[in-house]
Amino acid sequence: MTVDAVQKKIPADSVGLVSPQRLHFDAPLQLRSGRTIEQYDLMVETYGTLNEERNNAVLICHALSGDHHAAGYYDANNPKEKPGWWDCCIGPGKPFDTNYFFIVCLNNLGGCAGSTGPSSINPETGKPFGPDFPIITVRDWVNSQARLADRLGIEQWAAVIGGSLGGMQVMRWAISYPQRLRHALIVAAAPKLSAQNIAFNEVARQSIMSDPDFHQGRYYDFNTYPQRGVMLARMVGHITYLSDELLRSKFGKEGEGAEGNFGRDLRTGKLSFGFDTDFQVQSYLQYKGETFSKNFDANTYLLMTKALDYFDPAVDYGGDFSKPFAPSLCKFLVISFTSDWRFAPERSREIVDSLLRARKQVNYLEIDAAAGHDSFLLPIPRYMQALAAYMGRVAAECHTGGHR
Amino acid sequence: MRADLEIIQDWIAPGSRVLDLGCGDGSFLAHLKATRNVSELGMEIDADNILRCLRAGVNVIEQNMDKGLKNFETGSFDTVLLAHTLQALHRPDEIVDEMLRVGKNCILTFPNFAYWRHRLSLLTGGRMPKSPQLPYEWYDTPNLHHCTISDFDELCRTRNIKVLHRTVVDDNHHSTALMRMAPNFFGINAIYHIAR
Repeated sequence: MTVDAVQKKIPADSVGLVSPQRLHFDAPLQLRSGRTIEQYDLMVETYGTLNEERNNAVLICHALSGDHHAAGYYDANNPKEKPGWWDCCIGPGKPFDTNYFFIVCLNNLGGCAGSTGPSSINPETGKPFGPDFPIITVRDWVNSQARLADRLGIEQWAAVIGGSLGGMQVMRWAISYPQRLRHALIVAAAPKLSAQNIAFNEVARQSIMSDPDFHQGRYYDFNTYPQRGVMLARMVGHITYLSDELLRSKFGKEGEGAEGNFGRDLRTGKLSFGFDTDFQVQSYLQYKGETFSKNFDANTYLLMTKALDYFDPAVDYGGDFSKPFAPSLCKFLVISFTSDWRFAPERSREIVDSLLRARKQVNYLEIDAAAGHDSFLLPIPRYMQALAAYMGRVAAECHTGGHR
Repeated sequence: MRADLEIIQDWIAPGSRVLDLGCGDGSFLAHLKATRNVSELGMEIDADNILRCLRAGVNVIEQNMDKGLKNFETGSFDTVLLAHTLQALHRPDEIVDEMLRVGKNCILTFPNFAYWRHRLSLLTGGRMPKSPQLPYEWYDTPNLHHCTISDFDELCRTRNIKVLHRTVVDDNHHSTALMRMAPNFFGINAIYHIAR
């Protein structure tokens, strides 16, 4: 077969074939915990071109399980390859239009997709860091992203955007580096985790840490992997990303399956009267958990949930969430989704109200969506239109010399 | 620009903070921003209008004003606007109170239900009035609480609301001698500029 024959068709509005780059940073990074990372690598992907004025750069911050591969493809010969995790938003003619913007996405410190993290080799011991890798916070990530911006020659981002944990990084940018961004797009986020959010994270962590293959995080040394634990962690996490409504529509088709189905699809058409997998939703969750557990480092999962738990910019300001934004200079766009119960619209409205109290320029949309928290990753028409409308203005500013 | 908005804009100080409740496509705020350098915020619930605001670069938040303005701090805006919506709200008096809390002054407009043609329609035809301002059938209308200029004056009196300006205009937003003489009889639309 010729190469042409196996080459897949890459859509015209895709950024096309991309390749990540690994950037090394020598200067020690002081962490919020008091510890220091002496040197580190960041895996970075960029799309589009930085203009001469260097004012069209957009930073995309990933969420819990994301990485630097936000858009495009790696392999022209693999027809089964899926594009990057936010491909619906990034590309020519898409909301983050590569005809106008230079888009940067990185794998955060502590990650497991090539940036320095718990599975990287600790130069001091020659072994993977494992549990010795320091706890990283959102603040630390944003500090490392600022160094990345320096490296890329970006003094000020046209916009910084992220969903969920990514939205928290956007808020931290607006707080810590007010001069360095013109627009902050915060999607499906919260001012801090609720007790319930932390509770779910704790179940995830306990699932991993109680796996006999975890070995206090040193499973690399034992040539094992707590796959079972990561799978369980992801299963519970996944439930919180979806809505009851979505699960009903996926697995509750009326009238299908055997009697006694009552709107929950059975796998085989009858009940097993045992502890087998009776319902479709069970096998769906198991599949999701299992697929995830094959590709994600357990220690990174622990770190990411901790970064979520610790995020609380108001902690330095007596609990008042509007005060940290006092120095912010950017405009804000906040977006929530009606069926999101992990970070519900009320949580986004808390952000909006705090920004209003801080007398900031705010925009807010509550998008009707059935997919729960995961909606922020999906090409929901009103959501895409809103991002495109807002980013259209940002692009116009870049042309008229949008630099403060 | 609509003639009523032309009248309103003279009451808005350059560089002030303006909150427009039910801001529509944001064109009035965009105009105020361009001509008076105001710092603007629109409130809207219609998805298409919100999108138009974003495209126009007008700050907008999706919020239903019928649920109140509790999330806004007292005195956080110079002017709060409410154009042609008062009669469609569940509790117009509560919104007026809230507008006066959030804004240092407020501007609102509404159709005068006591306009002579409306009176005549009831008196002779015995039917609910319909006009360019009130185009709806009685069973299918967003308007819940019609009021007259005398009603609103009375509300201002009992609630200690200062009327800074009151303009009564016709369909083309022109004022005539008749309207100035007997506003509640000849006035079609009322425009109030109020404060506490």
